[in-house]
Amino acid sequence: MAEFRLPKNSRIKPGKSHKPPEGARRKTTFKVYRYDPDSGENPQMDTYEVDRDRCGPMVLDALIKIKNETDPTLAFRRSCREGICGSCAMNIDGTNTLACTKPIDDVKGEVKIYPLPHMEVVRDLIPDLTHAYEQLASVKPWMRTETPVSPTQERLQSPEDRAKLDGLYECILCFCCTTSCPSYWWNPERYLGPATLLQAYRWIADSRDEATNERLDELEDPFKLYRCHTIMNCTKTCPKHLNPAKAIAETKKLMVERQG
Amino acid sequence: MADARNRPLSPHLQVYRPQITSVLSITHRATGIVLSLGSVFLVLWLLAAAAGPRSFEIAQDCAGSWLGYAFLFCFSVALFYHLLNGIRHLFWDTGHGFELATATRTGWAVVIGAVMLTAVAWILGLRIVGGL
Repeated sequence: MAEFRLPKNSRIKPGKSHKPPEGARRKTTFKVYRYDPDSGENPQMDTYEVDRDRCGPMVLDALIKIKNETDPTLAFRRSCREGICGSCAMNIDGTNTLACTKPIDDVKGEVKIYPLPHMEVVRDLIPDLTHAYEQLASVKPWMRTETPVSPTQERLQSPEDRAKLDGLYECILCFCCTTSCPSYWWNPERYLGPATLLQAYRWIADSRDEATNERLDELEDPFKLYRCHTIMNCTKTCPKHLNPAKAIAETKKLMVERQG
Repeated sequence: MADARNRPLSPHLQVYRPQITSVLSITHRATGIVLSLGSVFLVLWLLAAAAGPRSFEIAQDCAGSWLGYAFLFCFSVALFYHLLNGIRHLFWDTGHGFELATATRTGWAVVIGAVMLTAVAWILGLRIVGGL
């Protein structure tokens, strides 16, 4: 049964306001979710003001500036700062996206930042992705083949078949989509979620893979696949502009078609 | 790592901005519930008709009351919304209409269509009853 309220230990309390920068002409207020596992306290929202004339354009630039100059205890994941590693996925201004490709100017008023929704929080903006990664591994996201090929040969694919993977292979596994999905919020244990289902379809759609039927068998389950009700938060929020909702629909279609 | 079980759950419904697609989706579910309630009343109305003229008269009075009209109005809005959005779902089942722009357009079309069909149904209905 879906639990709509946050558990007692997760309800957010008001937090600290940090000293605004001196002499700033253009300021933006950031409200950031903080959770310190060592304190035993509930999470809280801390307020920071950032001098925009001394800050890069993206939300990640502001977070790094806050960490460097105001509050070194702020914890978040980041790496590539160009939308390819997927580390800095978080909930910014009400939707999930990558902090590194989200311009601060896209947000009207103060910028509210939370960790990816409905996940266990390790610290501050860092969610525990262990379960999501396990679900991804469960669909065996690699090429499964039976036909032997000599080590000097490639498994060939026509340009048309290769084109079928466009819009699928670009996924960076940031889990913005999965954690935006109400179906996943209510059934995270049994529903695989859009990111993992997009990966499952990426191999189903690959002409070189020889385990299409097994893959479909593995998804034939009331929860793993069919908890998708086409709410489309996934497609709406994907920072790479991919379409997990369509990939899931194509998978459902193949389920019906193979029954003849 | 020791206190992994004490970790808080990050906020979800509380902070996620409603999207046009998600709002229409939850409306589909809500109208489905209204339709189930409406079917119960439809059955009661038919039972009343089968039981004789006196009980049918009571049922008609109920349906014709201010409250009855309000309920019938909700029922008809729910019916047309659920019908049109159901057709949208059928297209999705064939793998079509998943581009964001398309899904947004068809979503609004469903809303506008439901409003228009409801208006037409009520204008025709009230003409027949003689209220207009």
